Amino acid sequence: MSHRPLCGSLRFGLLATLLRGFYSVKALEFVSGKHNARWAFWLLLAALLLLPFFTDALLGRGWVRIVDFAMLYIMLALGLNIVVGFAGLLDLGYIAFFAVGAYCYALAGSPHLALAFPMAFPDGVHLSFWMILPLAALLAGGFGVLLGAPTLRLRGDYLAIVTLGFGEIIRIFLNNLNAPVNLTNGPQGISRIDPVSVADVRLSVTQEIFGISLPSVHLYFYLFLAFTALVIFASQRLERSRIGRAWMAIREDEIAASAMGINTRNLKLLAFAMGAMFGGASGALFAGFQGFVSPESFSLMESIMVLCMVVLGGMGNIAGVILGGVLLAVLPEVLRHGVVPLQQALFGKTIVDPESLRMLLFGGALIVMMLYRPAGLLPSRVRRRELDTDEIVETV
Amino acid sequence: MEIFLQQIINGLVQGSVYALVALGYTMVYGILGLINFAHGEVVMIGAMLAISSLTALLGIGVPPLLALPLSAGFAMLGCMALGYGIERIAYRPLRHAPRLAPLITAIGVSIVLQNLAMMVWGREYHSFPQLIANSPHSIGGAIINDIQIIIFILALAIMAGLMLLVHRTRLGRAMRAVAENQHAAQLMGVDINRVISVTFMLGSALAAVAGMMVSANYGLAHYYMGFLLGLKAFTAAVLGGIGNLRGAMLGGLLLGLIESLGAGYIGDLSGGVFGSNYQDVFAFFVLIAVLVFRPSGLLGERIAERA
Amino acid sequence: MNNATPLLQLSSIGKQFGGLSALSDVSLHIRRGEIYGLIGPNGAGKTTLFNVITGLYQPSAGEFHFDGKSYQVCKPHVLAKAGIARTFQNIRLFANLTALENVMIGRHVRTRAGVLGALLRDRATRNEERAITERARELLRYAGIEKPAQTLAKHLSYGEQRRLEIARALATDPLLLALDEPAAGMNATETASLKTLLQTIRASGITVLLIEHDVKLIMGLCDRVAVLDYGRKIAEGVPEEVRKDPAVIAAYLGGGDD
Repeated sequence: MSHRPLCGSLRFGLLATLLRGFYSVKALEFVSGKHNARWAFWLLLAALLLLPFFTDALLGRGWVRIVDFAMLYIMLALGLNIVVGFAGLLDLGYIAFFAVGAYCYALAGSPHLALAFPMAFPDGVHLSFWMILPLAALLAGGFGVLLGAPTLRLRGDYLAIVTLGFGEIIRIFLNNLNAPVNLTNGPQGISRIDPVSVADVRLSVTQEIFGISLPSVHLYFYLFLAFTALVIFASQRLERSRIGRAWMAIREDEIAASAMGINTRNLKLLAFAMGAMFGGASGALFAGFQGFVSPESFSLMESIMVLCMVVLGGMGNIAGVILGGVLLAVLPEVLRHGVVPLQQALFGKTIVDPESLRMLLFGGALIVMMLYRPAGLLPSRVRRRELDTDEIVETV
Repeated sequence: MEIFLQQIINGLVQGSVYALVALGYTMVYGILGLINFAHGEVVMIGAMLAISSLTALLGIGVPPLLALPLSAGFAMLGCMALGYGIERIAYRPLRHAPRLAPLITAIGVSIVLQNLAMMVWGREYHSFPQLIANSPHSIGGAIINDIQIIIFILALAIMAGLMLLVHRTRLGRAMRAVAENQHAAQLMGVDINRVISVTFMLGSALAAVAGMMVSANYGLAHYYMGFLLGLKAFTAAVLGGIGNLRGAMLGGLLLGLIESLGAGYIGDLSGGVFGSNYQDVFAFFVLIAVLVFRPSGLLGERIAERA
Repeated sequence: MNNATPLLQLSSIGKQFGGLSALSDVSLHIRRGEIYGLIGPNGAGKTTLFNVITGLYQPSAGEFHFDGKSYQVCKPHVLAKAGIARTFQNIRLFANLTALENVMIGRHVRTRAGVLGALLRDRATRNEERAITERARELLRYAGIEKPAQTLAKHLSYGEQRRLEIARALATDPLLLALDEPAAGMNATETASLKTLLQTIRASGITVLLIEHDVKLIMGLCDRVAVLDYGRKIAEGVPEEVRKDPAVIAAYLGGGDD
């Protein structure tokens, strides 16, 4: 095993990680035996690859788009999970990093900058997606460090408030930086953003591959699927590493962690920056997918929603966070399609609009989860492993 | 010069409201070491309750001078009940839980309150009924109107009353004892749960008054008003030194001044690049600057996490 | 590294909290390879001194030398790297991590894999991970708690938790192992086996600093003992001498206890 070449190890690791990430989802637990693990993986992969077609056929094209957004949310939630779940730092302005990534892509991949700097960029800037993506991640990471450096040595609740403020500030700037130089186009936002191209295949138009017609939303689904897999992979590898253990030590007891030789400040900063980078990259994907960004997409409520995903699924538990992401990304749509007709049928009018009902449920979920099930919907990795061993019978 | 004086007046009036809200944060923090995220929403609920009850009372013909104290009392009682409930439901069960847990429930509470308020009062702005003529007075070219004068004086009076309560009464002594050392206070026969509940209720009553003041000053209230106001008042509390009552008052007034002077002059200072639409950003930069350079605030003790 | 120089040398350490002086003018040295005991009535400043040595508090006065280097204002993680490991009086384990993971975290300071290593998991990282796991298991065995390796730290018995703290501290490859009341709350059997463990640790060449309430344990285990009272050192020497010291007797019997 130890003589496996690096790329082989990476590939195997990726498969194994995907597998581990998914087979712990309860629905798949029945196939989690060793012999069936490989089978389960291929089955899952096939199911995921066919998902947009099934969704399209059963629910309609609009739902494929919803699934695409769900993937983006999962990526975001996994990024936030590094900060909140692994390192125990409450970041309430996480969406700001998403915004930084999205605007990075919007500026570097659209005609917009021609308005601000007609001399320098007569046609705007049109960098390729693969150049902007790392740029967006790095920029967001840089913002993370900038914000984290002064606040991370303070108590955790200060970080929460400062990040909360930071999220709002970014939005205020995005809303107002249309003058004197039109950088963000203010509340109108930036449109006509270049679509993502993968190896000269434009994802914005329907493509024929092997005689199968793949609409744009399907193509983006596969792109997001690949990125989500990558994020899951990275999260799992980080979790089971020296760095990940140090983060969890800080989460559990910061003083004991530093007494064990962990440089808590640097490692907290690292977690913050890593989370921000994931957020920035997801933001770039979002901008490319949507073709349009405006400050409206980056409100505090979005931060709260992503936090909810992490908390609901189980902080620090990757499979749980994925579950939380899926549930909460689909919930608003279910509410929209379920609650309104239901109220119409019952009362003849809409009394509670689905948007506020959604937020009410989020808020309620945060409270109830913390009070009654702080470990989240899925039992955590460690707890499960502990239950597997015979030596211990005690559970909470 | 008139502009300067005008900004000072506006800043002091706004700052006195911040101070009242900041007191709520700082009292809870002093006693529980916890940031009550939902406090801003209590301010909003206070404003809404006051406006609704005031409108109703005026509607049935109650004279304004009677309706005002009645609705103020109603808003204060409502907020006290709310503060009590928040503590019981969201904080008390988690008093010994990891620090992240009460923070998250607090966020949950504030989202719930905000959306409940939206369901009850809708998304639209509610206007504060005009009760008095609100005549403007000129001081050295700057304008101050009756409502502003009332707000400022009332806020100072309330703060003085609070100081008396904390430093001169039995209850105040119990509060200070719990803040100093919960365990020891308990051993000395102080009912900690009662003191904590009372603290939340006191803070919420102040929040209700502050909510009324804000909506009277601007003439408007909105379900979303609590969020930013709460953030700013928290900044004020940190600026003065969180956990310190005098600090919260000083921080509130200072922040009000910084904001209004900043908004008044940022255009000139930046050569027109930034305008007063950045007003809300100042509080945040003040917060960051305080945390970086003097995390203990102006009057507080060290807060950096240490054993 | 000269064996004749003391491992730890404190010179006139003082520590004030506000107006209160918790430690004043404490000087002592710990020789390599000895078990050094620190006793004193409640509130004498033992834990404060301990926190100064391990970097949790910064001394208000004086300085200390460890392994030939001077430290004055220092973070705990720097001192851990220099070779001081500690346990806590009120156990501070990583409660929601397994016993094995707790000890693995102790290896952090002696290993180097970063984010890139974690993501790529190249051969160096894999080897390091394996070494960390092996060493951690070895230490669990050494401390006599190999069986509950996969149990969450918070579900261990009290005695096991104490031992786990020691195993975790040993994982940092310390020169000086500082134990804050390791026998607190233990019964006679547990204390006896703790004593054996400490002797084994010393035999492996690690210097031990021990704060203890259990005077019997201290006297039977330590090579030298210092006594603190009201933040000052009132006696130091081999256990028999200290036991007879009138100042010590007065401190323990003369109402010096708070």
